[in-house]
Amino acid sequence: MSSTAYRGAAAASAAAAAAVESYPRIVATLIRLTGDWTLAEDCAQDALAQAVQRWGGGVPDNPGGWLMTVARNRALDVLRRAAVERRKLHDLAVLARTEESGADQAADDGEVVDDRLRLIFTCCHPALPLEARVALTLRTICGVPTGDIARAFLIGESTMTRRLTRAKTKIAQAGIPYRVPQGPALAERLPGVLAVLYLLFTHGYNADGEPAFAAEAIRLTRLLAHLMPAQPEVRALLALCLLQDSRRTARRDGQGRLLTLDQQDRSRWDRGAIVEGLALLAEVPEDGPYALQARIAACHAAAATPADTDWVRIADCYDALTRQQPSPVVELNRAVAHGYAYGPAAGLALLARARAGGALDDYPHTIAVEAHLTARDGDHGRAAALFRRAAAAARTEPERQALLERAEDESQAG
Amino acid sequence: MKYMMLVCTDTEPDTDTAPEPDIHAWVAENDGAGRRLDGHELGPLSTATTVRVRNGRLLVSDGPFAETKEIIVGFDLLECADLDEAIEVARTHPMARGGRIELRPFAVYEQ
Repeated sequence: MSSTAYRGAAAASAAAAAAVESYPRIVATLIRLTGDWTLAEDCAQDALAQAVQRWGGGVPDNPGGWLMTVARNRALDVLRRAAVERRKLHDLAVLARTEESGADQAADDGEVVDDRLRLIFTCCHPALPLEARVALTLRTICGVPTGDIARAFLIGESTMTRRLTRAKTKIAQAGIPYRVPQGPALAERLPGVLAVLYLLFTHGYNADGEPAFAAEAIRLTRLLAHLMPAQPEVRALLALCLLQDSRRTARRDGQGRLLTLDQQDRSRWDRGAIVEGLALLAEVPEDGPYALQARIAACHAAAATPADTDWVRIADCYDALTRQQPSPVVELNRAVAHGYAYGPAAGLALLARARAGGALDDYPHTIAVEAHLTARDGDHGRAAALFRRAAAAARTEPERQALLERAEDESQAG
Repeated sequence: MKYMMLVCTDTEPDTDTAPEPDIHAWVAENDGAGRRLDGHELGPLSTATTVRVRNGRLLVSDGPFAETKEIIVGFDLLECADLDEAIEVARTHPMARGGRIELRPFAVYEQ
């Protein structure tokens, strides 16, 4: 299976790019005008399918406009046949006129708001369950087929269909508005939107993830950064995703095993993504949580060899992140960073603090971190025992093997 | 849209020491804006009575129907444009901090 299959045969041509770009705009506009999410998706998909069939003989001058017209006409047909109330037909007539004049944006509270922005904020509304927000974003904005989303979430397609239907029903029946929050509400809601996008990215980037989702997350974050240029955290998130994603092809060895940063062949890092990520980050004035994480990723990206890594700067970023968003995992990473910046003893001291109260007991990585710090501190016998314990707690077989090899090395060193 | 706002207690209330909003000001503001149609604090649990009919037989019993630590202590009936407006109304109710508030839209019937 391929999660990019939904782009079908059109993916071969340059016109496909225009089609994919147009998709969220078409869905977003049709939702605003009809209030019917399923109808909007069906009509947008239908327009893409027609493009695949008809563009063989030549791509229209304005592919996006062509697709919007086909999708709009399809929606008109469906609504006419269903004989819905006059208001929706009126809206479609308005749409027909505005599209012909080239305008695709609608005024909202006197301000011009892109429909795609409304769609993003509605899909990520906090009144929806978190998993439904991610799934709805993938389905509605990115056009990913329900079956592909279901496989990534390790559930059946019918379960995912029900989950999406429940989310759309809640939007309609609980009165979740199709609107971008304004004023102070925007600052409250934006972090939730960014969290969904970052979750989407990690779904794609993680070892067992669906790689296409990382690309979708970057595409969507890029769109959001374009639509909300005044929000530095959006740009910071885009930088973070690009910098992490730059390592995607260097993260595994020939057997598919995950490689740590110091094991990766840095010549395989995506330079284009790094340059773009660093440039974006340079324009971010303040240090919100995503900016801090991006600055950490940037320190790694900018280091030609592991030894060149600016660990003092990374440790500073983790200190700030711990103040802003304290969590056991952040504190664990902070201990690692301090271990490199100020010596393993400093790292072990912070690790002991982070583990106080048992907050990290269920996190399998903790013992491995302690083992690495202990090894660098020169206590090889103890490090070997810790690596063996970490191996026993490892979640995957390759990880377990790597930890056992380290245990063996430490036994011989000691 | 009409929302039933169920005002409940919570086992983990807000520990912030900032003064709670005033309930009378909240009522006056939302009544004045036409967003609150009705509402009242409810009597204590000891005054609750549960009514059931089973096989034609009336069963009346003492106490609330649900044995939970969080109890409904009041309600407000809201008329709001959408959920975001209802959330804004709920957030300024003192019990949003001392307890929790559940927003339930009126059921929607297909035409």
